[in-house]
Amino acid sequence: MLDTLIALFLVIGGAFALIGSIGLARLPDLFMRLHGPTKATTLGVGGILIASVLHFSSRGDGLSLHELLVTLFLFITAPISAYLIARAMLHLRGDDKP
Amino acid sequence: MTAMNRLLPQPLFSLFLLLVWLLLVNTIAPGHLVLGTLLAIALPLISSRFWPDRPRIHSPWKLLRYIAVLLWDIGLANLTVARLILGPTRRLHPAFIHLPLELENEFAIAVLASTISLTPGTVSSDLSPDRKTLLIHALDVEDEATTIATIKQRYERPLREIFESC
Repeated sequence: MLDTLIALFLVIGGAFALIGSIGLARLPDLFMRLHGPTKATTLGVGGILIASVLHFSSRGDGLSLHELLVTLFLFITAPISAYLIARAMLHLRGDDKP
Repeated sequence: MTAMNRLLPQPLFSLFLLLVWLLLVNTIAPGHLVLGTLLAIALPLISSRFWPDRPRIHSPWKLLRYIAVLLWDIGLANLTVARLILGPTRRLHPAFIHLPLELENEFAIAVLASTISLTPGTVSSDLSPDRKTLLIHALDVEDEATTIATIKQRYERPLREIFESC
């Protein structure tokens, strides 16, 4: 039963990570491509991490929660890298000022 | 300034550090509780110079509520963006939006910019030098004014209440 749940979260996570990557390949310009990795991937990683929490907590070694930190750090860093890439692109196009 | 204030200039930050430490070592053994507490006291003191304009959190409960709303919205954002990515790309209307900022605290602006990047179809891309306008790229805009109003109402107002209300 628990294995089914873990597998379900893995599939959901994998699916969203895949969709994020498809977005990266499919969308026509750089700014639109930024949207895939900043969002679809967060839920992708989230799903896989929930599966990891469930799996390692059910092995009897006590609750395993340090996966939550991965989510936290991802939420902190993903917008910053997106911002850097967008800034660099604006700079290259020559319109620095919004 | 009381002794308590000098030892713990940022109590919430300290609590957060302790939590992060316990999560990192993935145990609540007494030894790590002590070590984590020491780190939680030492780190804010050592790094206090990096926080010239220290954000003051006026209402922690509103912050928790904000985080809950944010997590929910990130879930929704993923579904929205997944739909947009898999749908026909020709029909998307990408656009740049200028969001006039009312927030003044640097930290609050950073939180707002990150929030915008994590929520449906928008990525913050530039902040004007005078910190008054945030440039946002949106994947699919139907009405610019609605998007701005949503961001202001849903994220900026709570952030103002959390960080700036007196």
